[in-house]
Amino acid sequence: MKRSRVPALLTLGVIAFLFAPLVVLVVNSFNASRFGGEWDGFTWGWYEKLWEADEVWESLGVTLKIALSASLASMLLGTLAACALHGFRSWLQGVHSMLVTLPLVMPDILMGMSLLALFVVTGVETGLATIWIAHVTFCLSFVTMVVLGRLQDFDFTLLDAARDLGATRAQAVRKILLPLLLPGVLAGGLLAFTLSVDDYVITFFVSGPGTTTLPLRVASMMRTSRSLPVINALSTLLIAGTFLIAALSFRLQRRA
Amino acid sequence: MDDFLVIDRVSKSFGALRAVDGVSLSIRQGEAFSLLGPSGCGKTTLLRMLAGFETPDSGRILLGGKDVTGLLPEQRPVNTVFQNYALFPHLNVWENVAFGLRMSRRPREEIRSGVDRMLELVRLSEHARKRPAQLSGGQRQRVAIARALVNRPQVLLLDEPLAALDLKLRQHMLVELNAIHEQVGTTFIYVTHDQGEAMSLSDRIAVMNEGRVEQVDEPEALYETPRSGFVATFIGDANFFTGMPVELKHDGYLRVQVEGLGSPLVHGSGFVSSHEPVRIMIRPEKISLTLERPQSGERVNAFRGVVEDSVYFGSHARYHVRAGEHLVIAQLQRSRFSGGGIEPARGAVVWMSFHPDEGRVVRLEGAA
Repeated sequence: MKRSRVPALLTLGVIAFLFAPLVVLVVNSFNASRFGGEWDGFTWGWYEKLWEADEVWESLGVTLKIALSASLASMLLGTLAACALHGFRSWLQGVHSMLVTLPLVMPDILMGMSLLALFVVTGVETGLATIWIAHVTFCLSFVTMVVLGRLQDFDFTLLDAARDLGATRAQAVRKILLPLLLPGVLAGGLLAFTLSVDDYVITFFVSGPGTTTLPLRVASMMRTSRSLPVINALSTLLIAGTFLIAALSFRLQRRA
Repeated sequence: MDDFLVIDRVSKSFGALRAVDGVSLSIRQGEAFSLLGPSGCGKTTLLRMLAGFETPDSGRILLGGKDVTGLLPEQRPVNTVFQNYALFPHLNVWENVAFGLRMSRRPREEIRSGVDRMLELVRLSEHARKRPAQLSGGQRQRVAIARALVNRPQVLLLDEPLAALDLKLRQHMLVELNAIHEQVGTTFIYVTHDQGEAMSLSDRIAVMNEGRVEQVDEPEALYETPRSGFVATFIGDANFFTGMPVELKHDGYLRVQVEGLGSPLVHGSGFVSSHEPVRIMIRPEKISLTLERPQSGERVNAFRGVVEDSVYFGSHARYHVRAGEHLVIAQLQRSRFSGGGIEPARGAVVWMSFHPDEGRVVRLEGAA
């Protein structure tokens, strides 16, 4: 029987569908033409422009600051939440579990608006702190889910074994449970990091003057066609960075 | 020291279930002791109380004269080989074995020599740098034993140590466990549901059923003189007959009238009252089958039956022989046939016979 060509063609089609926009973007970042309709020759010019665009680098700094601190905080809180969800039985755990999963399914726009309403009512000035709080809120859920999955596979007789060999409860957790959970915690943290870097909608509501994150900056730059190719260059760098982080996260999860 | 580890009227309930019900045991120093019973008999709960993972509701546990009932697992001079071994997957073999010594903050040099010596004992020195996932089942178990023994526990608990191994490996590990026990001289307490394992590993066995100890004895005594029907069926196979005691002879034998079997003579030990029915037990391999009536006179019990079925097992064969309402199981070595020249066929009329010493009186209650 002759093998059908349909699966191969379909796969190629899907890959093209997913990656063609990225290819166009990358190619255009080296295109001398401003509008990218036609090829006007190779140039590093847009990258040079990007290098001089101080406000972009400032925004990148804000974004990284928030992403790092928010993912660290959600790693800590998410791990604790997962341990609590796994370790205790009570009717309240149903509520707890719902609270943790809600941000995963709630529309971003709703979350952003409600957070802003809260900050306005309580008189908290929007800025770095409010963005950080918002990001921790949704990152937490992702870390909790990943760590909870690890905990469900964890063999708790290992902790009995550690105590049998003379470890106190705290030592057993530190020497056995935490090292075995760590790959899950890190994978969750990486996920949180990329989500935080990426977020536009929620951040849009809770950011203040002087706290423009990278996605907000890019969106505002889009309004002027003059800087469009600079965004292409920036995006190309971001794509490279994202692939790197995704590969790292994949390896961590595989080892876990 | 006869009362090295004393379990004194220990009980433990989970909700309405009495998992361990007033168990008292006394285990000698250096002994290989087994807790044997079907699943749910309370043996694992008892083991967990010895290790410190469960606290008894009542009763005490004394180790070397000291009360350890309230001590946490990490405070007891007791170590455990877990059923699934519970090796730490992120540590290599050497680090697994060193874990206990590190927890007790021994000097670095002592840890190194102790772990190396223990790995040598279980013949795993060349695998020291491997992770548990890279080892075979038998090797993992030897790591678990080394990891426990390196701490020089006063008692080593082994929870179903052979259950996770395949048959060939199991027989090999039986020999190995006995050798290790002999070499280190530590008190070993096995928990197992496998009577064969318990028989070949232990000096003494406690047979447990429904949270209680049915009988504590040496393996041979358990097999030859079980005190209850439960013990008789759990350790080996048995034929049971119920009848009324007729006469306790002055030479110690008891004549029992059994419907359909006449009045066989059995060993009188364990007989209490002449006014109640008694239960007698005969092992299948203690019954002889012959075509002619045996000639040995009064001392042999003989009765006729019809062969209903026979099952061939290679080294031996089993016969189901109908005698009235009784279906008697007899087990014969193959070599006996060639000697006697007969192989009873289905439907053949045969004589069954057994020596009075082989018939034992067992308790009526608790029988399977």
